[in-house]
Order: sequence, then structure tokens, then C-alpha cells
Amino acid sequence: MKLRIIVTLKNGVLDPQGKAIQHALSGLGFDGVDDVRAGKLFELDVADTTSDAAVDEMCRKLLANTVIENYRIERL
Amino acid sequence: MKSAVIVFPGSNCDRDIATALEDVTGTKPQMVWHGDSDLPGDVDLIAVPGGFSYGDYLRCGAIAARSPVVRSVIEAAEKGVPVIGVCNGFQILTETGLLPGALMRNAGLDFVCRDVALTVDNNQSIFTSGYRSGESITVPVAHHDGNYFADAETLDRLEGEGRVAFRYGESVNGSARNIAGLLNKSGNVLGMMPHPERRIEAAHGGTDGRRLFEGLLRAVA
Repeated sequence: MKLRIIVTLKNGVLDPQGKAIQHALSGLGFDGVDDVRAGKLFELDVADTTSDAAVDEMCRKLLANTVIENYRIERL
Repeated sequence: MKSAVIVFPGSNCDRDIATALEDVTGTKPQMVWHGDSDLPGDVDLIAVPGGFSYGDYLRCGAIAARSPVVRSVIEAAEKGVPVIGVCNGFQILTETGLLPGALMRNAGLDFVCRDVALTVDNNQSIFTSGYRSGESITVPVAHHDGNYFADAETLDRLEGEGRVAFRYGESVNGSARNIAGLLNKSGNVLGMMPHPERRIEAAHGGTDGRRLFEGLLRAVA
């Protein structure tokens, strides 16, 4: 079973990397980009028997730092 | 004072802090490899050194925080054993949850490597008793991810409980409320981004870091 886990910064957490990317985009002449938030994407190939609870635990224990990040799990 | 220094793949300040501890306490610390599951018995201090453990993969300190030996460090800390984490060590301690909040990419995006002025915010801890309250000291920083983040409610609580050990005298990396070093609730765990182990003797340009270890020795021994 293939999973995709998307980790994003929580609202209210400043993202200096996102800001730098936004500035670079406007430097390239792309107008109207109001905000950029950088995140992470993980693709996991797991046993079909892996429970939802186990995947959730993987996210909470390692893949995301829930102090600053949210995560979303997608089944492919 | 018996101490242990944890060594991860990518640690690069482990020997600096070991030298500082040996110089101040007169006893050579035991170096403990990250894959070991046990710490030496009856240690008086555990040091989690600076560096780039596991290449800073995933998040700074994230992988190290889940290594076998760190499980023993968490258990020891919960029993009251003093633990100091410097730079990457601070990042590791926040990733374990022993210290609240998180250390994010510096607000200016640059790696900051220079001397900074620190204010001693709380000199009532075992780590800061060698300083006067409100004193300004000079210690170097060298980090890319030292921008301390916690929500406003947590920051208020930390300040109210006197858990800010050190603050930057100026904005260095965007840290919330200029926090440079933080204590846990019971005061036996300190995480700090600046490197006290790099200011141990006059040849280093000063000895402001040495006083942290001297104070610790008096408090613990």
C-alpha cells in the first residue's frame, strides 16, 4: 500500500524559507504571489495490513513535529 | 563529578564539551555512542553536544531524539539527573519533548557564527548559579536553526515560571522573546543554542562559558 504524507507548518508559525521563495518568485517577475509556505512530502510503501492508527502514530512520533507542523495522510 | 557525553553520527562538539568538563571537574567524561541502550550508572551529568546529528535529516535533532541512548537520557532526566544540551543538543531535547517548543530556521536564513551577548535571566538554576542575575556574558553561537518558537501562551508560562535561563542581548536569529537557553520545569534540564564549552580558557577569548560548568560542579558535587 502506498501512502503520501504531507507535512505543513501550522498557521501562525513563521516560515522564513517560504518568504525567501516568495521573494524569489517576485524577482522572476511572477506578480501576485501573496504568500508561500514550504512543507514536506513523504511517500511510504507499507504493508497492506498497516492500520490507520499505526500510520497516525508514525506521523506524530517522527514525521511531523506537532509543536509546529500539521500532517495529512493520503492513500494512493 | 561523573559525566557522560552522548555521541551521534555528525556530532562535532562532543570533544569540546568533554574537554571543558574534564578541565573544570578534573574527571574525564565517559563518551556514550548513540546506539548504546544504556548510560553508565550513577552519572551526575549528561551532556548532549552540538553538531549536525544524522546530517540534520528530517528536522534538526529529530532522528537523534529517537535513538536508543536518548530513551535512557529521557528516563534519567525524568529521575532528576542534570542534562545539558548545547546547540544541536538543545534541538534534540526539544524534539524529545523534555523541553517545550521547537527550534526553526534562523529568521534571516543565514547560518550565524559569531560571539553574542547573553543576559542571564535566571541564576537560580544548577546551570546558572555561577552568574549574577541580569549579568551580560559573551559566548559564541554557530547555528542555522536556532530560532526558538513556542505559542504565546507557552512563552508566557515559561517566563512566569522563570524557565528562561539566557536571552540574547539583541536579535540573533529571530528567537521568540530572544530566548537563547531554556530550563525544564524541575530545573534539571537546560537547552541552549550558544556554546559555553567554547569559552573555557583565556586563549578562547574569554572564560564566560567556564563559569557555567564551575557553577554546575558546585551545585551538583
